[in-house]
Amino acid sequence: MSIIEIKNLSFGYHKQKILEEINLEVEEKDFLAIIGPNGGGKSTLLKLILGINPVKDGSILTFGELPKKNLSKIGYVPQNTNVNTDFPIKVIEVVLMGHIGSKRPLFGYGKEETLCAMGALTQVGMEEFSHVKIGELSGGQRQRVMIARALCAHPEILILDEPTASIDIDGQKRIYELLKSLNEYITIIVVSHDISVIMQYANKVVHVNKRLNYHDISTNTKGMTHQCNHFCDVEMFNLFKEVK
Amino acid sequence: MENILEALSFPFIQNALIAGLLVSMASGIIGSLIVVNRMVFLAGGIAHTAYGGIGVAVFLGLPIFLGASIFAVLAAFIISIITLKHRERMDTFIGLMWAVGMAVGVVLIDLTPGYNADFMSYLFGSILAVSQNDIYFMATLLISIIFIMTFWYREILAVSYDSEYANLRGINVRFFYTLILILSALTVVVAIKVVGLILVIALLTIPVYIAEKLSNTLYMMMILSGIFSSIFTLIGLWFAYEYDIASGASIILVSACSLFLFLFINKIK
Repeated sequence: MSIIEIKNLSFGYHKQKILEEINLEVEEKDFLAIIGPNGGGKSTLLKLILGINPVKDGSILTFGELPKKNLSKIGYVPQNTNVNTDFPIKVIEVVLMGHIGSKRPLFGYGKEETLCAMGALTQVGMEEFSHVKIGELSGGQRQRVMIARALCAHPEILILDEPTASIDIDGQKRIYELLKSLNEYITIIVVSHDISVIMQYANKVVHVNKRLNYHDISTNTKGMTHQCNHFCDVEMFNLFKEVK
Repeated sequence: MENILEALSFPFIQNALIAGLLVSMASGIIGSLIVVNRMVFLAGGIAHTAYGGIGVAVFLGLPIFLGASIFAVLAAFIISIITLKHRERMDTFIGLMWAVGMAVGVVLIDLTPGYNADFMSYLFGSILAVSQNDIYFMATLLISIIFIMTFWYREILAVSYDSEYANLRGINVRFFYTLILILSALTVVVAIKVVGLILVIALLTIPVYIAEKLSNTLYMMMILSGIFSSIFTLIGLWFAYEYDIASGASIILVSACSLFLFLFINKIK
């Protein structure tokens, strides 16, 4: 059963079309990568799925209903987590924000909420940093905290917008390994520029540039990545030549 | 020492101390919010627009606090609308309100027949002229601020730290943003009484800046700012009394010296 179903979706600001006739189905436990040029409409598509932008033309259903109804089932990790690093806030407080929107105690945070937030931090391997100021972490660590925040709400789909932009290569690998382990029970949708990394983890790739092109890559590349640890744009190009 | 005891027996000194402490705590809390939300320039705009309200109040014979509060809250609403709609032109609009507010105030005070009260007192504060009613107003404001901050702490924290995410989780970002601006406006109005509108920004930022370096949570920052601000205000008032200088300027200079001392100690550590 598809948990996200997009049919004939078009979207634009004023008269300029940003997305045109998008059709897409995401199934449970998919690892979907969205690639495409800057300004091609990737983030807009995410915002439509998240219900931030209203759908006017075509339809989007998440879990068979309008996106607004299922916001709590979708975890979102925003693009730039390097802003506001001076802000006096502890890691655990950032994660606790994930509970917003559900029932809350009259003041402060409930015991269960704190336990749950700690659990989410453990899941991303950041539990020892729970009382550190967020600005003292590296970009990669901060990104993992943001993932923990999204996990706090027990989402069934996790959406990440460029999670590894401006993060060093080790940090990137850790994040993708984390996503891979989460993918055992959560559907993952990730916007990324880094095609070579995406190819190792995603089972579906869509290219968005106003229109959407769909690629099922679950079979042809998976075998190859087991053979060697290294896979970059050059290997991809070779692969491309072989196929030809 | 005798000097101080003697001073404390005067009701107007007692009022000044109470007012100083109330305003310090309010400005510590709200100053923290203003700094983390990068709204310092906005607060400056509100403070100067409030001067227009003071002019209107003087002209119409209304209570000064009432006129200034209405103008400041109005300014907060306008700024809130502008930031949400025309963010890129915000500095222009605030600069405009800043100047027009001042101009309205000056003209109306000029036009008020027989009014020659010291209008410098609004620019540089007049804490020794605090009345009992002023203190009630300040106390009510402080209690409201503490209540709102305790009750909505997590929402205000989320909106301040990551408004996009807060919006996504269903928080009414516009409501909380406007609420922060209105509380800032009211705090600015009471702080005008203590340090004057020209110095209000310093009172809202200097203690906060020191507190920010020492805290890793927002509420810690608010508490520390309130404490620092209270200490600076008390020391400043003592200097003002002892050497017969303007209290507002004295408080600000004590704060600024403390800040430099703090930065210096931080540096050599």
